[in-house]
Amino acid sequence: MNMQSQLIDLFAALLLLISFGMLAQRRVLSLINLFALQGLVLSISTMVVAWSSNQHHLYYSAGITLLLKVFFLPWLLHRLIRKLDIKWDVETLINIPTTMLIGIAMVVFAFNLALPISQLSATITKSTLGIALATVLLSFMMMITRRKAVPQVIGFLAMENGLFFAATSATYGMPMVVELGIALDVLVGSFIFGIFFFHIRETFDSLDIKHMEKLKED
Amino acid sequence: MLSNLLPIDITLAVVSFWLLLALAGLLLQGNGHLIARLIFPAGAVGALVLAVTALLALGSVPNTAILPLGLPDLPFHLRLDPLSAFFLLILGAATFGISLYSAGYFRTMSGATLGLLCFEYHLFLAAMALVILADDAYMFMVAWETMAISSYFLVTTDHKIPEIRSAGFIYLLIAHVGAIAILMCFGVMQGGHGDYTFATMRGHELSPFWASAAFLLALFGFGAKAGMLPLHVWLPEAHPAAPSPVSAMMSGVMLKTAIYGILRVTFDLLHACQWWWGILALTLGLATALYGVLFAAVQSDMKRLLAYSSIENIGIIMAGIGLAILYHANHQEQVAALALVATLYHALNHSFFKSLLFLSTGSVLHATGERNLGKLGGLIHRMPWVALLALVGVLAISGLPPLNGFVSEWLLLQAFLLAPAMPHQLYLSMLLPLGAAALALGGALAGYAMVKFYGVIFLGQPREEKLSKAHDAGPMERAGMIWLASGCVILGLAPVYFILQIDNITMMLVGRDLGSSAASTGWLWLTPVAPERASYSPLILFFILLSGFIFTFLVARKLYHGKVRRGPAWDCGFPAQTPRMQDSAEGFGQPIRQIFEQFFGIVREVPSPFDAKPHYHGETRDQIWDLIYRPVARLAEWASTLIGKLQHGRISLYLLYSFVTLLALLAFVR
Amino acid sequence: MNASTLLLQLTQNMLVVLAAPLLLGWVNNCRAWMQGRSAAGIFQPYRNLAKLFNKDAVLANNASLLFRYTPYILFVSMWLAAAMVPVIAVGLPLSTVVDVIALVGVFALARVFIALAAMDIGTSFGTLGARREMLVGFLAEPALMMVFFTAAAISHSTSLTTIVGVLAHKEFVLHPSLAFAAIAFLMVLLAENARIPVDNPSTHLELTMIHEAMILEYSARHLALIEWASAVKLFAYVTIGIALFLPWGIAGAGNWSALPLALVLLSIKLAAAGFGLALLESVSAKLRIFRAPEFLGTAFLLAVLGILTHFLRGSVV
Repeated sequence: MNMQSQLIDLFAALLLLISFGMLAQRRVLSLINLFALQGLVLSISTMVVAWSSNQHHLYYSAGITLLLKVFFLPWLLHRLIRKLDIKWDVETLINIPTTMLIGIAMVVFAFNLALPISQLSATITKSTLGIALATVLLSFMMMITRRKAVPQVIGFLAMENGLFFAATSATYGMPMVVELGIALDVLVGSFIFGIFFFHIRETFDSLDIKHMEKLKED
Repeated sequence: MLSNLLPIDITLAVVSFWLLLALAGLLLQGNGHLIARLIFPAGAVGALVLAVTALLALGSVPNTAILPLGLPDLPFHLRLDPLSAFFLLILGAATFGISLYSAGYFRTMSGATLGLLCFEYHLFLAAMALVILADDAYMFMVAWETMAISSYFLVTTDHKIPEIRSAGFIYLLIAHVGAIAILMCFGVMQGGHGDYTFATMRGHELSPFWASAAFLLALFGFGAKAGMLPLHVWLPEAHPAAPSPVSAMMSGVMLKTAIYGILRVTFDLLHACQWWWGILALTLGLATALYGVLFAAVQSDMKRLLAYSSIENIGIIMAGIGLAILYHANHQEQVAALALVATLYHALNHSFFKSLLFLSTGSVLHATGERNLGKLGGLIHRMPWVALLALVGVLAISGLPPLNGFVSEWLLLQAFLLAPAMPHQLYLSMLLPLGAAALALGGALAGYAMVKFYGVIFLGQPREEKLSKAHDAGPMERAGMIWLASGCVILGLAPVYFILQIDNITMMLVGRDLGSSAASTGWLWLTPVAPERASYSPLILFFILLSGFIFTFLVARKLYHGKVRRGPAWDCGFPAQTPRMQDSAEGFGQPIRQIFEQFFGIVREVPSPFDAKPHYHGETRDQIWDLIYRPVARLAEWASTLIGKLQHGRISLYLLYSFVTLLALLAFVR
Repeated sequence: MNASTLLLQLTQNMLVVLAAPLLLGWVNNCRAWMQGRSAAGIFQPYRNLAKLFNKDAVLANNASLLFRYTPYILFVSMWLAAAMVPVIAVGLPLSTVVDVIALVGVFALARVFIALAAMDIGTSFGTLGARREMLVGFLAEPALMMVFFTAAAISHSTSLTTIVGVLAHKEFVLHPSLAFAAIAFLMVLLAENARIPVDNPSTHLELTMIHEAMILEYSARHLALIEWASAVKLFAYVTIGIALFLPWGIAGAGNWSALPLALVLLSIKLAAAGFGLALLESVSAKLRIFRAPEFLGTAFLLAVLGILTHFLRGSVV
């Protein structure tokens, strides 16, 4: 096994580690920093894939990822948090050890699911599809088990990270148009989230999602 | 004539001897002292003879016998092969210690109760031996039922107390549910041939559907007796209710007869053909183990704690059996042999250290009259012998080297770890490390529960005034416990010899043994697969620890210049050191209760600030009662009410029933 | 096993027990430098031990024999654990006696004895320390076992000498499973050796004590032995970490000529590890006691994840 595929495997492992870290994290600031770190690992690994397989469009993807997910989005989130003034602990619906246990089950599930596809794929990154799927599932789980709105958004963004990594590992990335389209969607989505947070805060005086249950008709 | 005496003849002689002792106990009902001093030690001698015979029979050919009792065309068949010899060894060795102990423990009991107890006790022993020796379904069921009924009477010895009566009832109920399942299993296995001997069942090939049906019935039936989830609810009730030697017998030996049953049915009669049986047994076993040890860590009654710990160990044994089935079904016989050896060794170990621990609680109960951990403490000063022997038991059960608990845990972990990759089934390859993780977690929690057990009972300050009058165990009790403790030590320090004996069993069941590799570098080293892959030498380890201890002791004596003097405890300078300031049993278990809150059903009554007499009540309940048993009970009640509608006392309707049946028979049966 | 390896084993035994307080002193020194305090010198633990050996031992009135003998048992088991890790050479005879699972068992033996000794006097602090120590232990022990399993699964053996041999002499391969195992091992090291963020080794406040609470009643030579045992335990853990994750430079079996290089490399690795440990302690805050199970639960799950990753890669590639 040569150096590049080993490096990619290592980055994949780091990505999984960061997803678990986000799952176990209690503080919003650390969550955002972990998200930025995830983006960094993602862009470096995309660059390594680009270098080893000579797919030059992946360099552009890596660049976009770097700009958006390592610099712009974390900056936006930091600003949001400062304006909303929410630096407290993250509350979870189920306690953290149970969450992590379910996380392990998700990882086993994702690994098993990815196995037949990995065996068919011909890319250099085929063994990392399982990890990418696991990242998506873990971020989804993070969205479900949080009570406040901001970590849910970060979960959504992390899920997109996982999907991007899955795309790189199965098929050497997506067509450039699709890539740019998704990036734009994510950007616009984040802006809209920000606006909504202010509205929610004004209506309920808190960002706890259980208040939104009052919106249902009785 | 003595030279052609087969081992099976000797075992049958011991069984008849025990039956005679039972009758003698019944006849000598007035003379409690004589029963305690004469009959129980005689039973112990019989047990020792049985153990020695069984050990010798492990290496010889299977021999059978047919008794002139039983049904006209189905006399009692008996068979002594390596598997039954091993479980007879467990029976004999543990019983020797327990009977010796009982000789001292029961000497203050009244004559009438003791006579009955002696009768039931020796009948119980004989029945267990016959269960293990049985070679046909009828004999097996007769002996099984006798075992259940005699143990029910033993459990309800103090039948004047209502909790003990209800505990006995639950025990009998679940035992019978299990017995029905076992009977159905035998019915399935005879496959329509009508011949209920095990020999025909062995040769008979069942279709996969019926084989699985038989396996599931056997798992359910024997699992009910062994105490597997969710049929374990009788164990924490019945074991504490019984007198301590009886608890020791039930935990140490009776649970193993159920394990014997599973092994016999699955490996010998059904040939363990399908891999999903293994997965089922493995997951069920690991779930039972974790459940048992979690509950053990939060108990306040010392015997309930040990009962839950028994559930944990049965879970571990079941997990080992599941692993063996899995490997055998995938034709990896060498690792299957390893898993089987680990399981059987653990069964042997458990009978020794669990009996030892139950007997030590018996001494504590006898000396203090307390079962509640909240009223004990500091007994190491008043009862040094019991404390020392209980320490051996606690170290053994926590799986610490160089004692015996560690050897079986080590072998089982090796069986998990050294498995080759499962063909085509990735889930399985990932299940095995998870299983090893669960086993490691269970072992660590067992250490937690046992430190709590030993620390709260024997160490610290006494929590009650009357504890200062506690007396140590008598000579007979000490003898019994010393036998069991030395068994723990010997099984831990010299495992290779015993493993070579157990090899006969694995040879019989899966066709491979460990002997060629286990002792390849000499009898001091245990190397199940190959010396570079895994190697453990308990005797050398013990020697190193001992010599290091002595060396350090002597060097420290040379180095230090001060003396030792006594003073009050330091405790960071706090002046008042009442016994109430040390941890209670609930306090020690509080972290586990808090972390695993979802698994326990915690019932709490908290006083409000306005109560004139504030009162706090906290209880940790087993949720399986509410989740499974209550709905089943309600269903049974509903069904019986429905059928009860048939009974309304009117004679004309009853006559109508008979009339309609007669008409139907006449019309349809030609 | 011949005279040469036996001699090597004895040399290693002496080395670990005499060098352990030096490592502790180095870690404390680094911590002091980083926190802007003046250091006590790296030989301070030796002076502490000498001072303690000279004192009178005071035992509580109700201390039993278990209490009196536990320091010796603790010291001997930690010495054994440290002696069996291949620090300077592989192929030592002790590794046929004790493998990695038995190593975890020896650590558990020490833990059970110190917890029992803590409960022996029956003070509130002692039982508090015992309870917390068992709490930390019941998660740390399986995590450690899983870390060893990952290494054992890669090298197909549970004998530490074979594991080190395989990992040291393979071509340089980055195993992601070992990355997970390394992080899990670091967390277990911090927990088991009573380091920040799990426990503060220099505190005496009830809210924050775990290890210190258990040894409150010990004095003089008993306390000296226990402190020495803690130093040897730290040394053992650090050398296990080096052997599993940075095994290069360890001499082959019976190879006396590679020994000086091995010693030099060992000293460099130990110094770096001590510095790293001090750095970690200085930048982290101590966790609330009920966050400790979460911390260790994370370690356990990371270790399990490591071994799962190993199986995933083994089946795909």
